Parts: sequence; structure tokens; C-alpha cells
Amino acid sequence: MAARIITITSGKGGVGKTTATANIGVGLAEMGKKVTCIDSDIGLRNLDVVLGLENRIVYDLVDVIEGHCRVNQAMIRDKRFENLFLIPAAQTREKNSVTPAEMVNLCESIREEMDFILIDSPAGIEGGFKNAIAPADEAIVVTNPDVSAVRDADRIIGLIEAAEKGPARLILNRINPEMIKRGDMMEAGDVLELLAIKLLGVVPDDEHVLISTNKGQPVVLNQKSRAGQAFRNIAARITGSEVPFLDMSQKDDFMTRLSKVFGKEG
Amino acid sequence: MADWLKILGKEDSADTAKERLKLVLIHDRTNLNARVLDEMKDELIEVISRHVAIDAAEVQITMKHEGREQRLICDIPVLPK
Repeated sequence: MAARIITITSGKGGVGKTTATANIGVGLAEMGKKVTCIDSDIGLRNLDVVLGLENRIVYDLVDVIEGHCRVNQAMIRDKRFENLFLIPAAQTREKNSVTPAEMVNLCESIREEMDFILIDSPAGIEGGFKNAIAPADEAIVVTNPDVSAVRDADRIIGLIEAAEKGPARLILNRINPEMIKRGDMMEAGDVLELLAIKLLGVVPDDEHVLISTNKGQPVVLNQKSRAGQAFRNIAARITGSEVPFLDMSQKDDFMTRLSKVFGKEG
Repeated sequence: MADWLKILGKEDSADTAKERLKLVLIHDRTNLNARVLDEMKDELIEVISRHVAIDAAEVQITMKHEGREQRLICDIPVLPK
């Protein structure tokens, strides 16, 4: 066994990197894969709360790198899956407490025990991103269908290629089918044409995501949520399965709504 | 998409976003803005005019992209002898 190391990044903040990392991690673990998620957003850690593991933190990423503990002491085992681990970021340190070479060494030290190592990158294009991308075998770019998120995604795709970690694959997050239908939101095809990269998944805007985050239970575990389904599909595609993309028009389809009015499921 | 709005003369904001982004991304990827393109055009006209008569007013320089690769396209009409 030797893990694939995948960095999840975006350029712009707030597009759903941490949500994507948590859900892909849980999705892969649910498929029986051995997964470690690393939060590399030093000073602004959040992967712990999204995964609901914030009360179990003893050691963090910087503790490992500075030799205060062994790497497996900083690996928090998930509550739900014994094959899922989190290495949290340090909260009271700065981004430059870690170097790209140290990140590579850390990942290599656990590569043999894992199937996947997912690195949640901080926003931005500076040191934090460079630390996150250094150990990567592949990269996933998360973006939203708005002009600033797509522009920043394009910047980061260029940097991923320059670092020879490409070609990156895209997760388009927070798609609103109703707005697309009105012509007020770019659809996946538009964004893919602009960015010229391959699509890994499309995730609908879904209030279950916030509800899940409130509880610390990633939405991928919710069988009723369409965002959860999207993340299960993404995890399956990462393992090489060919899963068709979700039909974003399905939910708000006129006939579906009509039949709901008449009490039938569409 | 929302065709009846187009008939009423209202453009979809998604199309506007896409068109704006197309231009922004070309500039972001290449560091070429409209001013630099104009300067290049003037310099090209000067160099080429030394060797052949061209219709300077009709010279066009544009940026095209294929995938993530950018290409400068220059259209220079040559005047008949």
C-alpha cells in the first residue's frame, strides 16, 4: 500500500475546501479506504470542527514537525470510521512554522500505511498553499460559479501546473439549478470551458451542508441530501469508478414540482 | 435559457459573467492588457511597414485560447503593389 496524496485547494477562501476535504475523506473511508486528512491551514484550523473531532485534539501538525510528538500521536481517529484519521493544524502558530520540505517528509512518513492522504489547503497563493501542494501527487480545485471564485481558481490552476502537480480536477460547489435555469448562474459547462480542466464533481447548494457542519457530521453520511450524494460520487470517481454527473435540473424540474403539488413523488 | 427575457432585451447575467471572465482570464494568464496590446500593434506596424506596404488602420491583434494555452493572432492586410 502506498497512499495517493491529494491536495484540495481553491485560491479564494470560503468556497468549500474544508467541506470538500471532510466529505471526500469520509466518503473514501466509507468505501473501506484508509484515509488521513491533514489540515494545513495553520492559525485558521477548521477541518476538526467540520469532522466533529475538535474535542479530541492533543497534538497538531506543528507538534509533529517540531518533534514534540510522534506522527501517530497527532493522528486523531474518527468517531465513525476506524480507518479515518485527522492531523489538525496548529491554531496558535503562523503559516511559516512549516516548510514545504517538512510537509513532504510528514506525508512520506505515513504514505505506506494509508490509501489516501488528503491535504486541506489554506486560501491564498503564498506560503500556506506552497506547503499544501508540495507533497501532492494530484490536486483538486474547488470553486463556486461566481466571477471572483472562478478567476482565483484559474490562478491556482496555473500555479498547480507550474509546480508540476497537474492536471488539476475541478469540483464546482454551490450550484443553484433554479438560478441556472433563469440564466443567472454559470453552469458547469461554462466554468469548465473558461478554466479548461476536467470536472471531478458538481455539488448543489444544499442546506443540509450547513446543518451537517452544525453537528460535526459530514453531509456525505446523509443519504437524503443531494450534496451528500454528490460527494459520494466524487469519492467514487477518485477511486476510478465511472459515475455519471448529477442532473442539476432534476430537483427543480417543472414536472417534479407539479407532481409534488399533487402529492406524488416526481 | 430564459429565452423570453432575451426577446425582451434583457441579457442573462450568467452570459455577462462568462464574457467578462473570458477577458479577465486572458489578461491574468498573460500579463497583457489592452494598453500593451496597442503598443505591440503600433510597433508591429512600424517594423512591417519598413518592408511592405500595409493597411495600418485594419491591423488587428487578438488573443485566442486553446485549452489553457494562449495564442496571439495578428491580422495584417498587405496593400497591393
